[in-house]
Amino acid sequence: MTTAPANQPLLEIRNLRIEFPTRRGILVAVDDISLHIDPGEILGVVGESGAGKSLTGAAVIGLLEPPGRIADGQIILEGGRIDNLPYEEMRKIRGRRIGAIFQDPLTSLNPLYSVSRQLVETIQTHLPLSERQARARALELLQEVGIPGAEERIDHYPHQFSGGMRQRVVIALALCAEPRLIIADEPTTALDVSIQAQIISLLKRLCKDHQTAVMLVTHDMGVIAEAADRVAVMYSGRIAEVGPVQDVVRRAKHPYTHGLMGSIPHIGHAVAKLTQIEGSMPRLQEIPPGCPFNPRCPEADGRCRAERPELQWIENTEVACHRFDAPEARSQAGD
Amino acid sequence: MSVAELDAVGRVTDLVRRCLDSDIYFSFKSSKITMIAAAVTAAMFLAAVFAPLITPQNPYDPAALDLMDSFSPPVWIEEGTWTYFLGSDDQGRDLYSAIIYGLRLSLGVGFAAVIIAMLMGVSLGLISGYIGGTLDAVIMRIADVQISFPAILIVLLIDGVVRGILPNERHDDLALVVITFALAFSAWPQFARTVRGSTLVEKNKEYVQAARVIGRSPLWIMAGHVLPNVMGPVLVIATISLAVAILGEATLSFLGVGVPPTEPSLGTLINNGQNFLFSGEWWIVIFPGIALATLVLAVNLLGDWLRDALNPKLR
Amino acid sequence: MTEAAQVPTEAAGADLLLRAHDLKRYFDVSPPFLNRVIERLPRAIVKAVDGVSFDIGRGETFSLVGESGCGKSTVARLVVGLYQPTAGGITFDGIDVAGQTAAEARQNVQSRMQMIFQDPYASLNPRWRVANIVAEPIRARGLLPSNREVKARVGELLTQVGLSPADSEKYPHEFSGGQRQRISIARALAGSPDFLVCDEPTSALDVSVQAQILNLMKELQRQYHLTYLFISHDLAVVYHVSTTVGVMYLGRLVEWAPTQTLFNQPRHPYTRMLLDAIPDLEMTGRQRIPVAGEVPSPINPPSGCPFHPRCPHADDRCRAEMPTAHATGDSHVACHAVDDGRLS
Ligand SMILES: Nc1ncnc2c1ncn2[C@@H]1O[C@H](COP(=O)(O)OP(=O)(O)OP(=O)(O)O)[C@@H](O)[C@H]1O
Ligand SMILES: Nc1ncnc2c1ncn2[C@@H]1O[C@H](COP(=O)(O)OP(=O)(O)OP(=O)(O)O)[C@@H](O)[C@H]1O
Ligand code: SF4
Ligand SMILES: [Mg+2]
Ligand SMILES: [Mg+2]
Repeated sequence: MTTAPANQPLLEIRNLRIEFPTRRGILVAVDDISLHIDPGEILGVVGESGAGKSLTGAAVIGLLEPPGRIADGQIILEGGRIDNLPYEEMRKIRGRRIGAIFQDPLTSLNPLYSVSRQLVETIQTHLPLSERQARARALELLQEVGIPGAEERIDHYPHQFSGGMRQRVVIALALCAEPRLIIADEPTTALDVSIQAQIISLLKRLCKDHQTAVMLVTHDMGVIAEAADRVAVMYSGRIAEVGPVQDVVRRAKHPYTHGLMGSIPHIGHAVAKLTQIEGSMPRLQEIPPGCPFNPRCPEADGRCRAERPELQWIENTEVACHRFDAPEARSQAGD
Repeated sequence: MSVAELDAVGRVTDLVRRCLDSDIYFSFKSSKITMIAAAVTAAMFLAAVFAPLITPQNPYDPAALDLMDSFSPPVWIEEGTWTYFLGSDDQGRDLYSAIIYGLRLSLGVGFAAVIIAMLMGVSLGLISGYIGGTLDAVIMRIADVQISFPAILIVLLIDGVVRGILPNERHDDLALVVITFALAFSAWPQFARTVRGSTLVEKNKEYVQAARVIGRSPLWIMAGHVLPNVMGPVLVIATISLAVAILGEATLSFLGVGVPPTEPSLGTLINNGQNFLFSGEWWIVIFPGIALATLVLAVNLLGDWLRDALNPKLR
Repeated sequence: MTEAAQVPTEAAGADLLLRAHDLKRYFDVSPPFLNRVIERLPRAIVKAVDGVSFDIGRGETFSLVGESGCGKSTVARLVVGLYQPTAGGITFDGIDVAGQTAAEARQNVQSRMQMIFQDPYASLNPRWRVANIVAEPIRARGLLPSNREVKARVGELLTQVGLSPADSEKYPHEFSGGQRQRISIARALAGSPDFLVCDEPTSALDVSVQAQILNLMKELQRQYHLTYLFISHDLAVVYHVSTTVGVMYLGRLVEWAPTQTLFNQPRHPYTRMLLDAIPDLEMTGRQRIPVAGEVPSPINPPSGCPFHPRCPHADDRCRAEMPTAHATGDSHVACHAVDDGRLS
């Protein structure tokens, strides 16, 4: 492993583009995304459901399901490109250097094998441990992710676990080789607040102690606010806004982020109807020209409908919105 | 034309258009190998069906055979003649005609056996896996017992029993039916076990439970929801079983309990030809062998393609 | 079933829709017989639901919250008839639907219930097109006469949940997690049920779609007088949708109360801890306090009050005696400390 210079990000995604070639033309699900995560950093990824968050994660660990494919761009892990590696080499990186927690706990677990067997096998693939040691480690991991009565339950099958317990088994699987980067795709959605707090502190501890980097995809703004250092907001396969968590959550700049934050229900003030962004995200076949958010945006003007906004620095955050363009550029295009 | 007729025509053209537009047709068209395999299979089927029309000789008719012409080599070898362009066997049968007629028999017995085995195995496997309990235990124990006996033994057993029950003169008429069922019987446990395994996995998934909440009957859920999700491996087993059934039929015929040697199937031809492989008359075994291998390969490829084409994720 | 006869249906008023009475469901998770004999392992029984009683009035939303694994989904499955209760009864609209003899009654009310499942990946048949998935309840019950009408209705439902009618030709794997969850919501609505069991219907959705779905659910509730049994981990969502909230711990209801009461005056120590563990969005720097202590195993639940190993107010009585639920103001609480007046 190359020792990276201190200022080098652990993971860098450059101009990533993911396509689905179909019979009726090519669908672009992720369109020109650039991101980086530093060692020891947690990058939160939020955004509309279907915005391409999971696909981005899948691309990083090289598990895009065909016909999906990386059409353009680079993925760089600790200074080396990994998007073009042959399958075998990628398989070695997976699990060892990148751990993945998938959104879908049932597909990551084999329903025919007991939980212990799956954990022990994974541990032995990556670490030189004996069967007995691996089992001890598996038990330790299950306890760490908070499975009650781990000794008794370790030999059970996935369907005998509740939704949240399965999710925790998946987390344990991802952590077993102490990877450098963890892609966590909604790791806590099936968990109650208390276990959630436990998992988050576990992730944070890994980041602090081992300089592990985490890409944390979630819908839970509370989790983001608590765990993430920076947040990227995605919409229609593009990044709408990215910056430090404080700025994005509390001083959202992009109109979509604004709407998103406004939709969060709060305990304490009862409302008959939650604020919602009217309309829905365009389907992949129908992404409008210009800014993809323009049909739903209260501030959209002619330029928004014609020209794609690029990310630009506004204070601490990067925002892709024409609202922040220099006034001259704006009026020119408005004519 | 009346409105109703126009409507009917419209619906038919619509159907044709939808078929041509369907994903399966599309995936068919985009795979060259599949198209070739399909063409080969179709050609063999047609040849089998229209055998009397495209063969110069009826190999089953002893009167048409001439022992004087036995062991005639293929046409491109000295002494070969165009009458027997693939050569002839020890009985003076034209190999080309014998292959086409044999194909007919082999295909018929093989397909029928596999389809019966599949129907039986898949439904028993589904029921076993979905309902579980005692029924499951009983079905699976029967399957286990059956798997632990060699298939040939089972076939011989069934054949023997049937022969014991039926009067002698009906034997020949029923030989084909008996052999088909016997082959089917020896093949079903494989289907049943595979299907049961996948069913056990599928039935715990929430889509099956959703269907139960909707109020669908167990039978409907098995057929509509579980079946499409367990068919993938079944198709692969089916193509392999087809080859096994065709060869099994050959073995049985060789042992003298299958089809009568006067009406050779592809398998009988090969078995018969083996005796001459080292005495120089290689063509007697090689050509039927090539025909059989081609058939099995083509069907296998079709089966693989069908499995993938039916999986929406792989389109 | 004599037990069902004992449930006084009239007592709770005419608009009681669902009543669960001392509901229990145990799972046998023992190792295989041979292992038990050779390794001398004991039988293991998970008491997933262990004596839960609640009433849901027509047009109300009853929410269940509680730790992962405490038995919420099992309650949901019992209610819709996916599991048979080990003991206890369920009446729906006054009809006993849980007993051994209730199979026929179940058939009749089944069509009035629907369920939205927790896992958006496993709850849609991967081999079916969305059109057929959503249309299944309509077809199963013969709600609409012609295919054209079914198709139109499917389009309408998809639009309602924020998808497009054109999506109906696709297969589930072509959708993201949240989009799939919307398909399963559309399917549940397609059967025009009176009663919907929602097992974490929005946990896979982003907050803006979640807001749309919750608004839609509330709107439908107003229009069609729907009743919901709602399960969620997101207490803010629960706060927003429910009329009554039940807090579960290790297979039991430890407290239930009208929403406002529960959130303003939580009484049971576990409820208090749960509310303290809510993540802090305002980032005021408040430290989130995870519920302390080991989560007990449902195979060997602690003696007495199942919460006592983690409870700051536990005393000897708590360790020995199982508390039963008593009404305190609006709430029902099962806690000795509250009973004894040690805790207001
Ligand atoms: N196999 C596929 N074929 C066609 N489109 C696909 C396929 N897989 C995913 N997509 C599309 O790609 C887009 C992005 O999907 P992705 O799973 O990354 O969303 P997401 O941001 O993770 O959403 P969620 O939060 O709901 O999980 C979606 O619009 C989805 O419809
Ligand atoms: N089929 C089963 N066989 C054995 N045990 C089961 C089964 N189903 C559930 N359990 C057990 O019952 C308990 C309650 O499970 P349930 O799914 O109801 O939890 P839950 O409250 O819905 O949790 P989550 O919030 O994580 O979904 C768990 O300990 C689980 O392991
Ligand atoms: S009964 Fe006792 S242990 Fe249980 S919650 Fe109340 S005070 Fe705590
Ligand atoms: Mg996703
Ligand atoms: Mg659950």
